[in-house]
Amino acid sequence: MANIPKDLKYTKTHEWVRVEGENVTTGVTDFAQSELSDIVYVDINTVGSTVSRNEPIGTIEAVKAVADMNAPVSGEVLEANTALQTEPAKVNQDPYGEGWIARLKLTKQEELDDLLDPAGYADLVKKSEHH
Amino acid sequence: MSQPEKSLFELSSPGRRAWSLPALDVPEVDPKQTFKDSARGDNHLPELSEVDIARHFARLSALNHHVDKGFYPLGSCTMKYNPKVNEKACRIQGLADIHPMLPRKAAQGALRIMYELAEFLKEIVGMDAVTLQPAAGAHGELTGIMMIRKYFEKRREDRLEVLVPDSAHGTNPASVTVSGFKSVQIKSNDKGEIDPAELDRACTDCVACLMVTNPNTLGIFEPEVKKICDIMHAKGSLVYLDGANLNAYTGIHRPGDAGFDCMHINLHKTFSTPHGGGGPGSGPVAVNRKLEPFLPRPVVRKDGDRYRLDFNRPDSIGRVLAFNGNFGVLVRAWTYIRMLGADGLRDAAEAAVLNANYVRAGLEGVFDLPYKERSLHEVVFSGSNLKKYGVKTLDVAKRLLDHGLHAPTVYFPLIVPEALMIEPTETESIESCDAFVQAMKSIAEEAATDPDALRAAPRKTPVRRLDEARASRELDVRYPLTEDAVGDTEA
Repeated sequence: MANIPKDLKYTKTHEWVRVEGENVTTGVTDFAQSELSDIVYVDINTVGSTVSRNEPIGTIEAVKAVADMNAPVSGEVLEANTALQTEPAKVNQDPYGEGWIARLKLTKQEELDDLLDPAGYADLVKKSEHH
Repeated sequence: MSQPEKSLFELSSPGRRAWSLPALDVPEVDPKQTFKDSARGDNHLPELSEVDIARHFARLSALNHHVDKGFYPLGSCTMKYNPKVNEKACRIQGLADIHPMLPRKAAQGALRIMYELAEFLKEIVGMDAVTLQPAAGAHGELTGIMMIRKYFEKRREDRLEVLVPDSAHGTNPASVTVSGFKSVQIKSNDKGEIDPAELDRACTDCVACLMVTNPNTLGIFEPEVKKICDIMHAKGSLVYLDGANLNAYTGIHRPGDAGFDCMHINLHKTFSTPHGGGGPGSGPVAVNRKLEPFLPRPVVRKDGDRYRLDFNRPDSIGRVLAFNGNFGVLVRAWTYIRMLGADGLRDAAEAAVLNANYVRAGLEGVFDLPYKERSLHEVVFSGSNLKKYGVKTLDVAKRLLDHGLHAPTVYFPLIVPEALMIEPTETESIESCDAFVQAMKSIAEEAATDPDALRAAPRKTPVRRLDEARASRELDVRYPLTEDAVGDTEA
């Protein structure tokens, strides 16, 4: 069973969000990293660029596939996790910690209400696992 | 890890030679003096005798799995069997050694092969004109999309988007982006097909064309192709067909008749020319009258009984490859078509579809089948039902190698989790299909009884499971030279 921390919010496309006032930190979930398998490359949008909800904020390349990572909320990219350039495996090892992808400055606070809570996301993962 | 075969560098011994040259009869020149800094010094080429080299490559080919050695369910998509007569034809001296700058008068035979191949392809796909230049399928896509862009430029229409279904080949959105269009994904319905109503909604007056892979990557023939083309045409858009899966319907269905405006044809897939080792491939593009003026130049024309290259094409997008495409590949495809004839091409497509469905029938219930529509040349299973044992599709693929079989494509298409995409192609006998089905069944049983055996697979291959993640993360394809040698090179 995938690890789903209780203090985070989630998207249907398997991103997590940690709310820190007007900013958020985001990454991909434990379930997502396990489905992707070994990640070999992470490419994140330029710091300072703006991104709309559900649009790609970066690309994650794993051994078996390349996947877009979507922005869970609209915002400005404040910081990208540059450590992933040399150690992309951190996303596999510690998806909620050192494997974070980007920090965003929220432009639409109300979008946070549309995210899933941990129980809602756990249901989604359960369904995916029994696909 | 111990290597099953040493590299040529390790086998090298100073002074060994596989050649002998006559004595030097001009003054010797020191390259370091003549070329100064641009001289590369010692190139560290391995030194071996001829028999060492011959045995090295013979041993490697015996260690390797290939289509001449065993079952290879990657299919026409990657490599189907290449009849030896193709190789014989393209090695005929007059074809193998022909120079591309030869005067046209002296190259009539080569031009005739190109002309006839284009005519055959036009007939097979029901289109009006063909370019043989593109060097591969994705290059063909790019060529087609560039022609479509020029078509709308000429009409002074600003159409910037291209619709690409999520069941399309991954190269499609890439070609779209490289040609300066924006790719817009449209979702397949629950049968894995394009939904005409969804398409109708998505096709605005900003859309230049739709790119369809048919049969799609699930091996499913789009049942509404004609309707799809009609919807796009009614809005002034065009329809591009990714013809990579032409092997499923050669001689049965002609895309031009359904209304497609443009398609590429992978000679190295459908027409059995070699690839899968880096090529070269060949991706001719066929178009209807709307796009004919924009074809790359030159095209081969026939005047009476003479052949010539026509460069006088003012609306052409220009050349997309030097000279006349990958000519050796064209000769092989021409040979394949001539050897099979129209009936033979149809038989091949039917046998390819039959084999895929035979394997499907044998494995239904053993693996999940997420999309149950009729399969054409390939069938896509999911290994999700083995997840409860902690076994992934990758483990199944690795275990197949222990059975002496090549693994099918895995983890593609992306819309199927734990995908196993199986394409036996037309050449496989019932015995080889049975052997594959049996191996897959025994692996599925093993997943329940001894999952560790799968996770540790392969065990009988020359090398065990490779660290694919590390290979991608720390890509290094250079043979490490010795310390001395490196210093010498840099000096």
